[in-house]
Amino acid sequence: MNPLLHSVFAASSCAARCPLAGVGLQHYVVLSAVLFAIGFLGVLVRRNTLVVYMCLELMLVASTLAAVAFSRFNGTMDGNLFVLFVITVAAAEVAVGLALIVALYRQRHTVQLEDLDTLKR
Amino acid sequence: MADIAFYLLALLTVLSSVGVVVYRNAVKAALCLLVGFVGVGALFALLGAYFLAAVQVLVYAGAVAVIFAFVVMLFDVKGGTPRLHRSGIAVAAGTGAAALLLAGVISLAKHGPCADGAATTAVGANLKAYGIQLFTTYLLPVEVTGFLLLVAMLGVTVLSRKQAETPGSGSPREGGNA
Repeated sequence: MNPLLHSVFAASSCAARCPLAGVGLQHYVVLSAVLFAIGFLGVLVRRNTLVVYMCLELMLVASTLAAVAFSRFNGTMDGNLFVLFVITVAAAEVAVGLALIVALYRQRHTVQLEDLDTLKR
Repeated sequence: MADIAFYLLALLTVLSSVGVVVYRNAVKAALCLLVGFVGVGALFALLGAYFLAAVQVLVYAGAVAVIFAFVVMLFDVKGGTPRLHRSGIAVAAGTGAAALLLAGVISLAKHGPCADGAATTAVGANLKAYGIQLFTTYLLPVEVTGFLLLVAMLGVTVLSRKQAETPGSGSPREGGNA
């Protein structure tokens, strides 16, 4: 993964525009994109509802990382506060979502996505 | 020094995220998720947002990942059978994820800002700024979020209530549609 990213960066014009020595905003945003893509892949590939939900949380955390990085490198406070709200809402969302999954498990005795196809039939 | 820390933490976070996706055992996936959350919290600290780093570790690693681990262990995951989709779907999903990543990187490389971290101060380190903003600009969102937490608490209580044990009630699934 890393040589690919470096080749993309070397080919881009941004490296010529601003020759950054250290770790900059781009590194954080690329890391956030990598985490988001991994979570996206997990949501599509996995079949356990719980693991799909974990991957959704991973995508959410990746987006908060981008928000904090933008906030840091622009010198504004809004991104940090937004992330604070996102974390709060995510905690509530996880609680409700897991309660739904537990209720589903009680009724169907499975959490595998291929068994939960009532709406497809 | 900070660069080395960034690369190490990025490697840790990416590897544990990959672990969430590839581990067949859901308990291991939950533990990988925990490591990933702590890694992102450390990245927050590296960005100067110490308060958010603490909140990330407390809420995500301390509450969310632990709840995931609880629920996974509650479910009696049977055996850890390979539960991946058919390979065609997996290839399509991988292509989609790679395209998403590549689109993000290319758009960033073409149009991305060239912000310099040394030019701006780390405002996220200032705890007083959080309080001032939360009680002036973001007062209404704070109250709405508090109400949302209350609603979520009530909803979880209703959803996770033991059902079909009240004698005489007609439908056994009365609490399921809250």
